[in-house]
Amino acid sequence: MNQVIVYTIISLTAIGIVAAVVIYFVSKKFAVVEDSRISAVEQVLPNTNCGGCGQPGCHAFALAVVNAGDLSTLHCPVGGNAVMKQVADILGIKAVEKDPYIAVVRCSGSFEYRKKTNIYDGTDSCKIAAALYSGDTGCAYGCLGMGDCVAVCDFEAMYMDEKTGLPVIIEDKCTACNACVKECPKDILELWPKGKKNQRVYVACLNEEKGSTARKECAVACSGCSKCFEACRYDAITMVNNLAHIDPEKCKVCMECVDTCDVHNIITANVTPEKIQAANEQRLKREERERKKREAEKLAAQQNENPTTPQA
Amino acid sequence: MKTPLHHKLKTFKIGGVHPDDNKISASAPITPLALPKMVIIPIAQHIGAPAKIVVQRGDNVKVGQVIAVHEGFVSANIHSSVSGRVGVIEEVMDSTGFKHTAISIRVKGDDWEQSIDRGDVLVEQIKLTPKEIVACIMEMGVVGMGGAAFPSHVKLSVPEGKQVDHLLINGVECEPYLTSDHRLMLEKPKEIIVGIKILMKALGVDTSIIGIEDNKHDAIELFQELLKNETGITVESLEVHYPQGGEKQLIQALLNREVPSGGLPADVGVIVHNVGTTFAVYEAVQKSKPLVERVVTVTGKEVKQPSNFLVRIGTSVIDLLIAAGGVPERTGKIVSGGPMMGKAIADLDVPVAKGTSGILLIPEEESKRAEVYNCVHCGKCIEACPMGLEPYRLLLMSKKGNNQRAKEEHILDCIECGSCSFVCPSNRPILDYIRLGKTQLRKPKKP
Repeated sequence: MNQVIVYTIISLTAIGIVAAVVIYFVSKKFAVVEDSRISAVEQVLPNTNCGGCGQPGCHAFALAVVNAGDLSTLHCPVGGNAVMKQVADILGIKAVEKDPYIAVVRCSGSFEYRKKTNIYDGTDSCKIAAALYSGDTGCAYGCLGMGDCVAVCDFEAMYMDEKTGLPVIIEDKCTACNACVKECPKDILELWPKGKKNQRVYVACLNEEKGSTARKECAVACSGCSKCFEACRYDAITMVNNLAHIDPEKCKVCMECVDTCDVHNIITANVTPEKIQAANEQRLKREERERKKREAEKLAAQQNENPTTPQA
Repeated sequence: MKTPLHHKLKTFKIGGVHPDDNKISASAPITPLALPKMVIIPIAQHIGAPAKIVVQRGDNVKVGQVIAVHEGFVSANIHSSVSGRVGVIEEVMDSTGFKHTAISIRVKGDDWEQSIDRGDVLVEQIKLTPKEIVACIMEMGVVGMGGAAFPSHVKLSVPEGKQVDHLLINGVECEPYLTSDHRLMLEKPKEIIVGIKILMKALGVDTSIIGIEDNKHDAIELFQELLKNETGITVESLEVHYPQGGEKQLIQALLNREVPSGGLPADVGVIVHNVGTTFAVYEAVQKSKPLVERVVTVTGKEVKQPSNFLVRIGTSVIDLLIAAGGVPERTGKIVSGGPMMGKAIADLDVPVAKGTSGILLIPEEESKRAEVYNCVHCGKCIEACPMGLEPYRLLLMSKKGNNQRAKEEHILDCIECGSCSFVCPSNRPILDYIRLGKTQLRKPKKP
């Protein structure tokens, strides 16, 4: 009996040793050497695997960064400049600073302003409703309000406001990962530069129809009246297809356009009403000056044309 | 040659369902609807490129005058369906649920173009050559009237290298409730037969089969009687089986041929036309009458007078509803088309288009969607799918945005008949997601 146990122990030990030796050499022979920097980079990344950088996940991003050795095209919007600085330090390359972005909702058509014209009782998904028809309000461009964007947000940075039926973005939590932007079938959500002092300004409407039609569909629709376009000193506002659009690259956030909108649909973030009022007064003064100047010029031109006219 | 009705009837081989047929309006004769005060004529009533508008606001037009010309080959001419003055040309919601450009015309009198023969005399002699027939059909704006509205001249121009030996006439009308084709077969059978001969001449085929489902005995018997002395044209009674009116299903039922995935009926030597289209072809070729009116069924369980109206294209749905006795109080949805493939309309002002076969009013309790449960993998949708797809998997792929995978699983072969959603015991929105997947595959991807 004892002999059996002894033989068993000896034979198993022998097999174990042989296997260990084989495994040792195999592991040396077929070893996969991974750049240690990849795991180092991965550790400083947020590891949310949100895909906001355009890569399938954080590991893929780390791999891409290490392989590229250049940060000009790769940027983690969630970690932002702080994380990218750390990544650059690990790799010993120069960090590229990028302006932080945030998602904005470019529709103001709440229940109050945009009346329902029919009832949608199909599958509870904006994408499906959008594939079926133009929506349950008159506006074919507006938010469908079923919250596909909220469902896809990994950071709990959005919620549907029950009173307005529109999504709301929580500024502190939004990482500009682009998930909601990709999800929205009506392209209402857009990534917008967060702006200096987190101040930004945008037109919250996408309705491209004629002014009268658009206003019938939604009380706060952009009618394409061009007042904001005329007020802008920096050519940041363009009028395309009856719709005003503010170019965030050119916009100096002077807020002078905000009060020109009849329906108050130029939306600002983190701007005090005082600043808007001050900007408005400044604009009015400037316009007054320009008007006087024009009148003076007109008068001068008239006098030049008819020099014989007796002067008063 | 009389088909004994007690024999086992032909039908397609895979899938299909048997919804209640509810043909309430089958006994209502086709009655012309009074001229509306205004019509709204969309310029995209067909599959393919929208037509190009050739009239301006303020122009006076006659019935049958071209108001928009086809742009490209896969497109169709649009004719004025009334006489009067052209009003605003703007985007309006049509029965697809989306906004498209449409021409509104304020009606004044009923002044037809001189060239149109409006008499009821049957013209049997076909004078035109095959090429002239196709050109005439193209000129008259004839499109498939079964629902998809595919321009008919495109179907008649068989691609080179393909041999067509059969013309099938689709008199199946497998959609529950709808009776417009049934009434047309009963009231205009001789015209339809001449239409078939025109199509046969244009295609150069010798055999044609009219497929009619077994719930329309009167139509089958009428055609059998009229075709007694004809050679080449036969009528075949088919089992009542949804979606037999699908082109591919009808080919399988009548000829036992299978159209390859992504292919066309011409690939298996067949061209299919609907009876409504055949009648429109007759009127276009023999009477020079463009497609300006069509038969529309207005029906529903609680509708006062379920009817079949002869309606000018562009008439608002609301005019039809008023003529049928108004909208019953407990109406939940108004659907353009049948209950299986139709689409609820979002606005009562939407105009009747060339492809509008019926308006169905569904009572409130029947219009509601049932609560959705999880998939129990029972496989009923696979059994029901007439195209041999796996609908529950396509739903998941489409839901997860895995569209390429769905394409590999032939999502684009789906004919959107709705059999999968119809049989699902968990009430899952299968067709909704499949349709979404198809839409996303067709449109360019977001950056």
